[in-house]
Amino acid sequence: MAKKYDAGVKEYRETYWMPEYTPLESDILACFKITPQPGVPREEVAAAVAAESSTGTWTTVWTDLLTDLDHYKGRAYAIEDVPGDDTCFYAFVAYPIDLFEEGSVVNVLTSLVGNVFGFKALRALRLEDIRFPLAYVMTCNGPPQGIQVERDIMNKYGRPMLGCTIKPKLGLSAKNYGRACYEGLRGGLDFTKDDENVNSQPFMRWKHRFDFVMEAILKAEAETGERKGHYLNVTAPTSDEMMKRAEYAKEIGAPIIMHDFLTGGFSANTQLAQWCQDNGMLLHIHRAMHAVLDRNPHHGIHFRVLTKCLRLSGGDHLHSGTVVGKLEGDRDATLGWIDIMRDSFVPEDRSRGIFFDQDWGSMPGVIPVASGGIHVWHMPALVSIFGDDSVLQFGGGTLGHPWGNAAGAAANRVAVEACVEARNMGRELEKEGKDILTTAAKSSPELAAAMETWKEIKFEFDTVDKLDVSHK
Amino acid sequence: MSDMQDYNSSLGDANSRKFETFSYLPAMNADQIRAQIEYIVSKGWNPSIEHTEPQNAGGSYWYMWKLPMFGETDVDAILNECEACKKAHPGNHVRLLGLDNFAQCAGASMVIFRGEAV
Repeated sequence: MAKKYDAGVKEYRETYWMPEYTPLESDILACFKITPQPGVPREEVAAAVAAESSTGTWTTVWTDLLTDLDHYKGRAYAIEDVPGDDTCFYAFVAYPIDLFEEGSVVNVLTSLVGNVFGFKALRALRLEDIRFPLAYVMTCNGPPQGIQVERDIMNKYGRPMLGCTIKPKLGLSAKNYGRACYEGLRGGLDFTKDDENVNSQPFMRWKHRFDFVMEAILKAEAETGERKGHYLNVTAPTSDEMMKRAEYAKEIGAPIIMHDFLTGGFSANTQLAQWCQDNGMLLHIHRAMHAVLDRNPHHGIHFRVLTKCLRLSGGDHLHSGTVVGKLEGDRDATLGWIDIMRDSFVPEDRSRGIFFDQDWGSMPGVIPVASGGIHVWHMPALVSIFGDDSVLQFGGGTLGHPWGNAAGAAANRVAVEACVEARNMGRELEKEGKDILTTAAKSSPELAAAMETWKEIKFEFDTVDKLDVSHK
Repeated sequence: MSDMQDYNSSLGDANSRKFETFSYLPAMNADQIRAQIEYIVSKGWNPSIEHTEPQNAGGSYWYMWKLPMFGETDVDAILNECEACKKAHPGNHVRLLGLDNFAQCAGASMVIFRGEAV
């Protein structure tokens, strides 16, 4: 029976609130944390979010009747209290897969975190989690190589890899910059890294940097007999320019390049990841701008959502936070998104902030990168928290060694190997870390000096964005 | 500056050449090797032994010693094969791997007997 056109404004909940709906395996599911304006019923706000992030607008329009809106509409199907916070609630919304272009996190985000975030009936809105159905995952290209392939390319097995971001962040000439890379690599690092804001400034154009850094890699490889890389940052003002830099990195034999997925954009990132897969290149992903989106507990996009979007868009490494260093990151929540990066199936687990089962099928995993304010004393905890499939990245913790980068690198390399050896022997790293490092330092003066340099430094501020797990 | 140490590594010094995991630690003793074999067995990985002339250590493929020991969980049996490989190729690096057939990747790889630096 066809419907009749009835102009005017209807309450959203008449159409978009469907508590009886059972989500389909193929639906994209979202969990929003909604802080409504006072006096607006929860069901109405939840329905409004479902409507405004899918097919709806504020008034009935005659063209609604030219299609089957009941097929295409988003459905708010559940509401839950937020533990410990009465100002907001969780709303669960199911979207039919047909609403989205295949292989496009751009399109998914444009709907789910588009206009709806400015909607007046809301005081604040946060996208806490998305469940991507396997049917959608299969349309995305994902990480260019994945964890196992990276290990085979770089010949690194059974331990976390080690990196170092070159400092100062800005202002070095290309030749001096290459020197800093060479010293770190010859000391035992697997990777050095461009800082995120190193692109192609007047003090160091990209091509000079690439050439000097490649010389550093080749000499360090010959000297140590090990494989080395440097994340050459190809983030650029246009995607054409980005591709030009990526092509040159490949031409000179670099194994890995780097991109900032949020400032560079998902469209550029997806293009670059596909190119990396076609050209056998590894892709390191930095996350500048993420804290703007994910740090406020009531508004924005949770990092676990950004993580899922990046895995779909493509990247072999992604910065994850360290738990123990200078940057924000709750331990259980961090463990949750590390699983989201690496595992092929991640079950719902509210204690880690994971709202849905997520099946990645055969999509490769992303290696979490722990970076920011960490040094050798953190090594036992880092190996324990992150396990082998990770990159532990010490910037100041390498370059700030009193004898220079090579000694700093060697200190970290000895420390990570000592921790892995001890873990394999069944020792508890976080309890016995001091003993393990002290013993290792007996045969490594570089490690002994590093332990002396950083013995006092701790970062013990409480996190701003905590998991919603207990009543305050 | 007097207590600052030089980082002693060069193209000309063969002792600068490393060989990945655990090569920045002192060579393992018998107990340490046994503990690592126990770890590989406990993870359910297949032990595998490879060796190479030290000057050819950089490639992906070393010489396999027989075939990987699929399903072998007897630590002494694994250790005996390691010793047999070392005896047959005394100047070579001998490495022990734990092959994870689910990840299709080595879960562990370490040189347990170090050849002569060249």
